[in-house]
Amino acid sequence: MSTSIPKLQILTANRLADGAVVYFTAAGTWTTEIGRSVVAREEKAASALLARGQRDAGAAIVVAPYLIAAVEGGAGPRAASLREQIRAAGPSQPVADAVATAVGLAYP
Amino acid sequence: MPLLKNGALVDDPWRRLADDDPLPGTDAVIVTLARWRADRALAGRRGPLGLALKNGDAVPPLAGEIQRFELVALEFPKFTDGRAYSQARLLRERLGFAGELRATGQVLPDQLLFMQRCGFDAFEIANGAPLEAWRKAIASFSVFYQPTGDGREAVNSRRRVLGSRI
Amino acid sequence: MYRYDELDRTFVAERVAQFRDQVRRRLSGDLTEDEFRPLRLMNGLYLQLHAYMLRVAIPYGTLSSRQLHMLAQIARRYDRGFGHFTTRQNIQFNWIKLQEAPDILADLAAVEMHALQTSGNCIRNVTADHWAGAAPDEIEDPRIWAEIIRQWSTLHPEFSFLPRKFKIAVAGAPTDRAAVKVHDIGLRMHRNEAGEAGFEVIVGGGLGRTPMIGKTIRDFLPKRHLLSYLEAILRVYNALGRRDNLFKSRIKILVHEIGAAEIARRVEEEWAEIRGGALELPIETIAGIAAQFAAPAFAPQPQSVLEIDALRFGEPGFARWLKANVAAHRERGYAIVTLSLKPEGAPPGDASAAQMDAVADLADAMSFGEIRVSHEQNLILPHVPRTALPALWRALAALNLATPNAGTITDIICCPGLDYCSLANARSIPVSQRLTRRFADLARVHDIGDLKIKMSGCINACGHHHVGHIGLLGVDKNGEEFYQITLGGSAESDASLGTILGPAVSSEAVVDAVETLVETYLAERRQGERFLDTYRRVGAAPFKERLYAAA
Repeated sequence: MSTSIPKLQILTANRLADGAVVYFTAAGTWTTEIGRSVVAREEKAASALLARGQRDAGAAIVVAPYLIAAVEGGAGPRAASLREQIRAAGPSQPVADAVATAVGLAYP
Repeated sequence: MPLLKNGALVDDPWRRLADDDPLPGTDAVIVTLARWRADRALAGRRGPLGLALKNGDAVPPLAGEIQRFELVALEFPKFTDGRAYSQARLLRERLGFAGELRATGQVLPDQLLFMQRCGFDAFEIANGAPLEAWRKAIASFSVFYQPTGDGREAVNSRRRVLGSRI
Repeated sequence: MYRYDELDRTFVAERVAQFRDQVRRRLSGDLTEDEFRPLRLMNGLYLQLHAYMLRVAIPYGTLSSRQLHMLAQIARRYDRGFGHFTTRQNIQFNWIKLQEAPDILADLAAVEMHALQTSGNCIRNVTADHWAGAAPDEIEDPRIWAEIIRQWSTLHPEFSFLPRKFKIAVAGAPTDRAAVKVHDIGLRMHRNEAGEAGFEVIVGGGLGRTPMIGKTIRDFLPKRHLLSYLEAILRVYNALGRRDNLFKSRIKILVHEIGAAEIARRVEEEWAEIRGGALELPIETIAGIAAQFAAPAFAPQPQSVLEIDALRFGEPGFARWLKANVAAHRERGYAIVTLSLKPEGAPPGDASAAQMDAVADLADAMSFGEIRVSHEQNLILPHVPRTALPALWRALAALNLATPNAGTITDIICCPGLDYCSLANARSIPVSQRLTRRFADLARVHDIGDLKIKMSGCINACGHHHVGHIGLLGVDKNGEEFYQITLGGSAESDASLGTILGPAVSSEAVVDAVETLVETYLAERRQGERFLDTYRRVGAAPFKERLYAAA
């Protein structure tokens, strides 16, 4: 007998004013730490989460809220897809890679 | 819906006539192009007549008959659909239409100046503060790079007048 | 280069004020995101994978040193210390705050720059040959015309809500360094029998989901008719371009669906009504703009430079750099120098703020204060006296900008990919980094010679993979990154679209795959053949066999 594996989802968006990638928490706030986001374990909860996000979008707090698949881990939820992992952690080459191509320059 | 015309909010004397509505007496009515083509009675009718074009309708073929209308209404079904800008310029600059050129549909404050530059002089604005939006839009720029039929002098012409780099 | 006059300065200040007000209304909630989106896109502000991304316009890829210093300043003050140069000669900053965007635009306006129309369904940055004003084969500086088009297209009230984006490129020489055949409108300057210079007008080229080579709709357009003719094309497109399907809304689809002959007929019909009118360019207007692009005050130069000869024999690195990155200039004794933004292991096309400042200073010292950005994502110092080459090389080496790989296998054109772009299906930067490490041996690189790899992280083809000699397209196969390989594309006068070689290869295998293709070329080539020539002669079969044999 097949049991459907619960689809874990978290809500993400960008903060309107500064564009930071943010995740919705159980406290109803937005955090930049994906590990602190609240996880919806079934569709009804996920829809409710999305509705909260859309409300905050209407209130000019965030922009473009959407649900993403999550997996749970020791340090809290993580993004399931590569795209959202990169979105959470930053580009796969450290920013320093780009800046480091200049060598020992004296500009402030 | 308030009508913004010549920088003021005015009562709209015009009425849209559905294609199967009977012709009223001498009221100011706006008919669709389909109605105009189909209804012979319109040609000789007394009373102000307006034409509503869809934004896919070609303008140049209307050259011979456009002077019959005192108003042409053009449509922005979504504000991102910019076909009516071209229709407006062709009506004003090619066909010499001098009546009311009205913008309908999703008419937003941030497009008012573009519309005015293309020849619109009346706007059905759904929401917001139309007068404030109009004042702001018209005042937002004093430099224009392209000549249209709006009477403003474009940059290249102003430079010629000045004669040299300023 | 073009200097703003009072009218231009007034305009850009008014634009900044307008955008500042629009941002204020967005932050307060007076404007919804749906209403604000086209407005911010028209100011080059995207909501991207990590944050807001600002795409600053670098008109036809030309910068003054003062402007480059300001780009460095913006990178430092408002972003994370670097910028990315794009395949349309623009620069992108990846971590911009909406609330700071008006200040950034004000800073740009102070140096006669802006981010206007680098996004949205409007006419975009007009690109031109990055060797303009310096190339020996140039008929006329294409930037004169790119600037004339730039002004005409700026906040054009009729064409700000087109079916889709619209890209124009101008080539001023027989050798097309502007990729005119893969733009919505390409303008190629040439001379008619009377010796008069005018434009071949090419319409409907483009890459992306359905790549197409543009079609010529007019062989010769006299220069004074340029704007009226463009207006006719745009008016036809605005009316007839498809708006029902995002993937079929470029003019290339319209050309494909109704045919080039019908497009030409409609354009000519519209043009007949407006030619000779208000858009006709008077001689004084053309002359006024052309004067802005007059050659710099070149000084007489010695016949030979002993230091170059000595250094060339003493330092193989300098010899290689001379060979790959230094090109002949129309003025005797001068050179066009490419500053490679593709050093080993680095994200391609990026420059740090420190590098930008240093390049600006070098431009002042050695290139009449002028820098160019090529669509191949490198910087160029266009007017360097050959006597300065040794000192320049040493200075660039210290900046990691002297990699002698221009036009070679490691001069990869590469979009930001999944590391930065929410449209991407796969990463592209790490593959580029690995390729530059695999092909780090410069002797080998120079033996391989002219080979253009172009890589895109998705079908939108911002990395121009369709016109790479080797094209790589990142795809998502069940959550894994795979790369589809095409061969035989070219963006030059012999424009062609690459053909798919076979099944996509995995991320683990892609660098090996490229090496296998290179080895196939080296085995097959005849003397003097570039990779592209060999491919065109022998076809895909040898490459296919070798690549997929082991699989």
